[in-house]
Amino acid sequence: MSEHAEAHGGSTRLYIGIWFALLALTAIEVYLGYIHLPLHLMLTLLMGISVIKAALIMAYFMHLRFERLSLFLTLVPILVLCLCLIMIFFFPDGFRMQQLRTPLG
Amino acid sequence: MSDAHAESVALSSRWAGGARPYAMGSKKLGMWLFIISDALTFSALIMAYSYVRLSSPQWPTPFPFSPAIVFSTVMTFALLSSSLTMVMAVAAAHRHDHRKAVLWLLATMACGTVFVVLHMMEWMHLIHEGLRPWTTPAQWPWPNTPLFGATFFGLTGMHMLHVTIGIIYLGIIALGFGKKKFEAEDVEVSGLYWHFVDLVWMFIFPLIYLMSIKF
Repeated sequence: MSEHAEAHGGSTRLYIGIWFALLALTAIEVYLGYIHLPLHLMLTLLMGISVIKAALIMAYFMHLRFERLSLFLTLVPILVLCLCLIMIFFFPDGFRMQQLRTPLG
Repeated sequence: MSDAHAESVALSSRWAGGARPYAMGSKKLGMWLFIISDALTFSALIMAYSYVRLSSPQWPTPFPFSPAIVFSTVMTFALLSSSLTMVMAVAAAHRHDHRKAVLWLLATMACGTVFVVLHMMEWMHLIHEGLRPWTTPAQWPWPNTPLFGATFFGLTGMHMLHVTIGIIYLGIIALGFGKKKFEAEDVEVSGLYWHFVDLVWMFIFPLIYLMSIKF
């Protein structure tokens, strides 16, 4: 790897390492699906792993870790808001909706 | 104070437009801002999906581990690998290695195409069974869940549209960079878009597929 690429914040080795980590996390997710966990536990674990995967992609593949802090501070609060939007119906109060809805039949 | 002096003050100040506050070009910053707005779009779709799913008395879980989950895992693998080839393309572009950058871009496009083709095959299979955006197949054991099709086709369709646009975008970038009309920054900006599409799939795959495994 040339020095220029190093200055840009990543080496081939690092990228392949991140790729392997993402594949391993995906394998864990699929395994969780295979062993049939309770739905709530499954969802919590899957979302936890997905957030880790998203963070890895943003930090290394999208270079955010090597950018100026001001960019991180501009972007990440909005992404946290996005995550809250996604989770709002699942966690923590969302499950209550299952008890509120009309019974089948 | 003369105009020239005022201008020089403006240009030297970080937030007055002269200096680059994020230490990056306007193209890259523009792509980041687009990604944020696109993230909100996908969040809204995922939120609608979770709301509809939780407030329905029952929800179809139509994906058997084999072949549907194995199939979508291969799709995930194709997309993750395309992200790796994309960072290689960006690294090669920054080294001014035009030939290698174009080859890596073509590899990325190939992985993306594999993803879209596999996804289309899966769509065709479900459409063949009778799944539509407004109704589920009559033979499925989950009656009265018409919104399953709407959320499934809505979310995966929006994502597939992004992948398809991404493949075209990368094609244009590969052409332009190969002819030395585009700069390394253009490759990097297209990479940001591509990784974002990959990132979105990291949420759609568990929420749509792994949460709907048929046991």
